[in-house]
Amino acid sequence: MKYFRTHILISVDESTIRAGVKNFIASLRNHLDKYSLTDEIGILETGSIGFFGKGLCFVVYPENIIYANVTNEDLNEIVTEHFLKGRPVKRLIVEKPERTQYDFNYKKRIVLENSGIINPEDIEEYIGVGGYEAWEKALLEMKSDDIIEVVKESGLRGRGGAGFPTGLKWSFTAPIKAKQKLVVINADEGEPGTFKDRLIMEGDPHKLIEGIAIACYAVGATKAYIYIRGEYKLCIERLRKAIAQANEYGIIGKDIFGSKFCLEIDIKVGAGAYVCGEETALIESMEGNRGTPRSKPPFPGVKGAWQLPTVVNNVETIANIPSIIKNGADWYSAIGPYKSTGTKVYTVLGDVKMPGLTEVEMGTTLRTIINEYGGGMKDGKKFKAALVGGAAGVFLSDELINVNMDYESLKNYSAVLGSGAILVMNDDADIVDMLWSVIRFFRHESCGKCSPCTNGNELLFKLINDIRNGKGKEEDLNKLIQVSEVMVDTCFCALGQSLLMPIKSAIDNFKDDFLKRMN
Amino acid sequence: MYEKIFEKYSPKKDNLIYILHDIQDQHPQHYISEDAVSEVSEYLRIPFSHIYGVLTFYTMYSTKPRGKNVIRLCESPPCFLKGSENVLRKLKKTLDVKINQTTKDGLFTLELCACLGVCGNAPVMMINDDVYGNLNDEKIDKIINKIRGEK
Repeated sequence: MKYFRTHILISVDESTIRAGVKNFIASLRNHLDKYSLTDEIGILETGSIGFFGKGLCFVVYPENIIYANVTNEDLNEIVTEHFLKGRPVKRLIVEKPERTQYDFNYKKRIVLENSGIINPEDIEEYIGVGGYEAWEKALLEMKSDDIIEVVKESGLRGRGGAGFPTGLKWSFTAPIKAKQKLVVINADEGEPGTFKDRLIMEGDPHKLIEGIAIACYAVGATKAYIYIRGEYKLCIERLRKAIAQANEYGIIGKDIFGSKFCLEIDIKVGAGAYVCGEETALIESMEGNRGTPRSKPPFPGVKGAWQLPTVVNNVETIANIPSIIKNGADWYSAIGPYKSTGTKVYTVLGDVKMPGLTEVEMGTTLRTIINEYGGGMKDGKKFKAALVGGAAGVFLSDELINVNMDYESLKNYSAVLGSGAILVMNDDADIVDMLWSVIRFFRHESCGKCSPCTNGNELLFKLINDIRNGKGKEEDLNKLIQVSEVMVDTCFCALGQSLLMPIKSAIDNFKDDFLKRMN
Repeated sequence: MYEKIFEKYSPKKDNLIYILHDIQDQHPQHYISEDAVSEVSEYLRIPFSHIYGVLTFYTMYSTKPRGKNVIRLCESPPCFLKGSENVLRKLKKTLDVKINQTTKDGLFTLELCACLGVCGNAPVMMINDDVYGNLNDEKIDKIINKIRGEK
């Protein structure tokens, strides 16, 4: 994959084609070539930038400078001044219109609408694009019950993996009387192949802060914690800044907007343990303990951190909240299919041309995500499998490539959306190797609290290791499934129960890969 | 010895993880010694055994001295698919160490870790706080030689 320091997005549409855009692009390429910039500057042909009648126009990222009415004569100046010396050519810059439509690998963004467009370290920029309006509306014009009702009606479901309806979760905690209630944001993103939360927090930290504030007001919490994994240094830094700025502006803190509502937001840092993504283990870790899960019930919503009622939500879930409050439940529930409303952020990786992140409407097919947003298969190789939902996900074969990616459709194939990681494998990949890697991951991350998980993982690893080394028998495949089934029944938390899905789907869909290693 | 760190955090158990991070980051050998655990135990008024339990639970902490540069290579499925095994082989050879060992000159410790969330650039590794992606033999030589040159 190529990395460009600068991207030029040129609008190629009916009006610019008439103005000779094709010719212009060819000439631009020549200029870049002449100054040896072709490896540093990428040209992308896009749709309309969002305004018409200004001749040839293009946007330069990351600076987000829009040039218009450009002619071939101006090219030399733009290339030598701007691209070589970093001095934009002022006379050709367009005054920024209100929010240009931006279609760079993303469609209908909600969670990521500002990422890549605004400066994440400047609260003014977030406010400038309408940030914190939803928070003001929620706090000053809505009752907390109304907010929960809107979130319920929107159909928003938890984006951390389990897909529990968010409004319902809040409605359990809201009526409880307690001296303090808490909201905890689960930013302990450890699912292999997932980095959506990192990019949300790095790209638009204030959106998360705004969502947290609304969630706190809705459930009556006066304190919120963001639990971030220790490896995410930039996220921690940016969120610290964002919290400080929000405090300074009186957006959080004491007596917010004269409403008497107080809110404090703090950050807790993890230290490297996958199991801490499980909400009760996360709470244990926050309290300064080993991150082992607690028994449920009582659920955290009733008795969570320090025995206080605690709502635990994923980053992406909360980042949806401001838009829902601003635009209403009907607007949100119209996006995506029934029972799986809204958008989902996916990380597409592996053997695709453009590994990365995309936010699309729920229900988009796997094929579309891989081909349009992942750029299709790399090196023209054939698609073999996709591991969807991270290590605790499912191996899907090409028969399922047209499956709609939403909670309900995937359920029909005993699959899950999980964290939104899509690991694409081509013909060269060996599913036995991949499953070996998955089981090795779980064996390492098992927390040691319950023996079905501790011993089960050990046993599974031995079985897959034997198969990988050509010492396995066909009956071992049944054993793998049996053991993981027992783990579903007996393990203390979701970690130990997760292995059945990858194991069963790998064996069901790619049995030949296993048989090849035998006899 | 750790007063400066303790000043930053009130003596509550939930600050334990922060305190351990700071102690480890401040130590040139990136680890938490028995003495440090004793001092934290006194400051927070929680048992030594509890702290030791926490310390050994999380993969980011070490109870043994490590090299100046801690290499953490991701071994999760996305990096595995993109050839992390080859990277591991190359690192072992270049550094002449096994997993969890430190080079004789004390410059590097080689460790494996779970997903670092930079999978778009797989295979990846972290050296201290810096992430290196799209690794291959050539790049590893470059990175290691550069750090060796800096010492």
